[in-house]
Amino acid sequence: METYQPENGLLQPHYPVGITGYGAYVPRYRLPASEINRMWKGGKGGTPVQEKSVPGLDEDVVTMSVEAARNAMARAQINPQEIRAVWVGSESHPYAVKPTSTIVAEAIGAVPNTQAADWEFACKAGTEALQAAIGFVGSGMARYALSIGMDTAQGRPGDALEYTAAAGGAALLIGRAETALAVIEGSYSFVTDTPDFWRRAHAEYPSHGDRFTGEPAYFKHIMAAAESLMKAMERKPEDYAWAVFHQPNVKFPSRVAKRLGFTPEQIAPGLLSGRIGNTYAGSAVIGLTAILDVAEPGDRILVVSYGSGAGSDAFDLRVTERLAEVRDRAPTTEDYIARRTEIDYATYTRYRHKLKLS
Amino acid sequence: MNDVSIIGIGKTDVSEHWETSLRHLSWYAIEAALDDAATTQVDALYVGNMLAGRLSQQDHLGALVADFAGLRGIEAVTVEAADASGGAAMRQAVLAVKSGLVETALVVGVEKVTDETGSTVTEAAATGLDADYEMAHGLTLAGAAALMMRRYMFEYGVTLADFAGFSVNAHRNGADNPLAMFRNRLKAERFTAGPAVAEPVSLFDMAPLGDGAAAVVVTGSERAKDMVPQPIRVLGSALSTDTIGLHDRQNVLWLAAAARSTAAAMAQAGVSHEEIDLFELHDSYTIMAALSLEAAGFAAPGEGWQLARDGAIEREGQIPISTCGGLKARGNPLGATGVYQIVEVAQQLRGQAGDCQVPDAKIGMAQNLATTGATAVTHVLAC
Repeated sequence: METYQPENGLLQPHYPVGITGYGAYVPRYRLPASEINRMWKGGKGGTPVQEKSVPGLDEDVVTMSVEAARNAMARAQINPQEIRAVWVGSESHPYAVKPTSTIVAEAIGAVPNTQAADWEFACKAGTEALQAAIGFVGSGMARYALSIGMDTAQGRPGDALEYTAAAGGAALLIGRAETALAVIEGSYSFVTDTPDFWRRAHAEYPSHGDRFTGEPAYFKHIMAAAESLMKAMERKPEDYAWAVFHQPNVKFPSRVAKRLGFTPEQIAPGLLSGRIGNTYAGSAVIGLTAILDVAEPGDRILVVSYGSGAGSDAFDLRVTERLAEVRDRAPTTEDYIARRTEIDYATYTRYRHKLKLS
Repeated sequence: MNDVSIIGIGKTDVSEHWETSLRHLSWYAIEAALDDAATTQVDALYVGNMLAGRLSQQDHLGALVADFAGLRGIEAVTVEAADASGGAAMRQAVLAVKSGLVETALVVGVEKVTDETGSTVTEAAATGLDADYEMAHGLTLAGAAALMMRRYMFEYGVTLADFAGFSVNAHRNGADNPLAMFRNRLKAERFTAGPAVAEPVSLFDMAPLGDGAAAVVVTGSERAKDMVPQPIRVLGSALSTDTIGLHDRQNVLWLAAAARSTAAAMAQAGVSHEEIDLFELHDSYTIMAALSLEAAGFAAPGEGWQLARDGAIEREGQIPISTCGGLKARGNPLGATGVYQIVEVAQQLRGQAGDCQVPDAKIGMAQNLATTGATAVTHVLAC
């Protein structure tokens, strides 16, 4: 069989597209890693982040997606009826069967002439929805498409991932380049069958392959996606003002940035995991919204997600003059991170329904 | 009986070889060893392995590896003695050639621990302990080492910091070995800050498990002289056992099997402690390194740790150990470890140990232990 060999793998739509509106959301509750350490490690041992965000009792991926979507709409100031797709990527959809996306679409007034679907690809479900939105708008099928990456991640009590499994994410409204606050100049996707982390149907918590989640999974896929995109776009790390890499902790994105040749300054504004943990499908896109909160016209941004299973999506963005006009129309990512109520492990177990009473 | 010499050695790096299978790891080491010996004529294969059945659902490695290595048809079996499997396989090859029934024997030690992760591997590795009296009660290898270390600290009034020299030395040497799993140096000040695995055993005195394979070709010494420029003579070879469970030992701080096999191997070789230029011991835990030095007679009971403190175990010291990183820094591929030790001693005696070279090494000893020392295999080699 002949294998189709695209010239350089670069994904570029027929019509140039970009981000017309963006919005972040992070719940207010914070569980310090020291609390988990106290509970499970006798207060000894290292912690991968300072603290993580925890959703309140009345929050889930639907309510959080609505918050982020409304922020994106506030910045975009478009008629929601012009949105022809609402796509939500998450590994914490409240329903196994019944879409999150229709509830979100209804809440922002984007129904009924709308395509709606939920996406699943571990931590890159959000950027998977973004790739699809680029295609939907870039083909001319829709004027606008809304892609969301949002999670309330599940961490098994006592597991290494409990320190980081957090809640949050962002909504990105994709439109034609002329309406964009940041033009998406090219993208690239790289996937293989690599079983580093998974959750079976009906299982409450995910399983993972310990150190297998590192080199052969996270690093291999992010490096390949980032290097392929930069090669296809004929760019080097220094061409980008900012970069964000999927952030399951602080160490991994810092290390992959260094390997690729990016400086700590380039990733600093988007590196949020130390303060909110790993927001899974929200992790790369909320790093992007934090960068958009500070970026200047002409700045180039590299975004590379990672989803277990496994794959990475990489995006090359250029900020336009329009960003400064719309930025202040909604709360910034930092506003949400600064809005902080610390809780202890007992409160956390209640909010996250860890106690089974029957 | 024939005298036995090593005519070929080969090994892979010890690492997390996620994408390399048991058979491929074995083949890479065998190919290197056969190239080194400049022969393809092998009559028997002894495979040292501990966990393939549990972690890779693959037993019957004799047939598997012989076939994959292009040696289909030869006599081939697995030798298992927990983490002393590699040394035990070497012992079988030596016996085979010594008996005259086998002209040339090939030994490969291979371990693949990354087909599984975390607690599955820990549990599998603990099967070398007594299943009924130790493992069933939750004891792991680290737990058993912790019991011995705690007792040692109590009996001899030493602290965790007194064991630092073993790991610092191993990492310093590992930094010079391109095939080592860890090539970072370890500062003595950092040693006591290591995360606890089973107190007092920490991450910094426990050897990391890794994947790898090492191979050795042995034949009669007369034949060897005509085949390769630098045959390495096997002067002594002895395997001894102790109670499998710690609880059955009169003194848990005396490695009786190690003492017996060392004495036997050194007697066969006719060498004294002063004549031994390096000692590749089984530093699976720092406590095991200290106890090995004592059992082998390089230190009195309770004083093994002092050789680390005083620098006697360094490459220029009185009795260099872990010269290529040891289990601690080169990595511990369980059933392959004993063959790595033989390969490393052979490299030292040939003067081919690169930046790890011990000056003027003429006689070297390798000792492979299983679990808490329930099996000990000792080989004395000379150039």
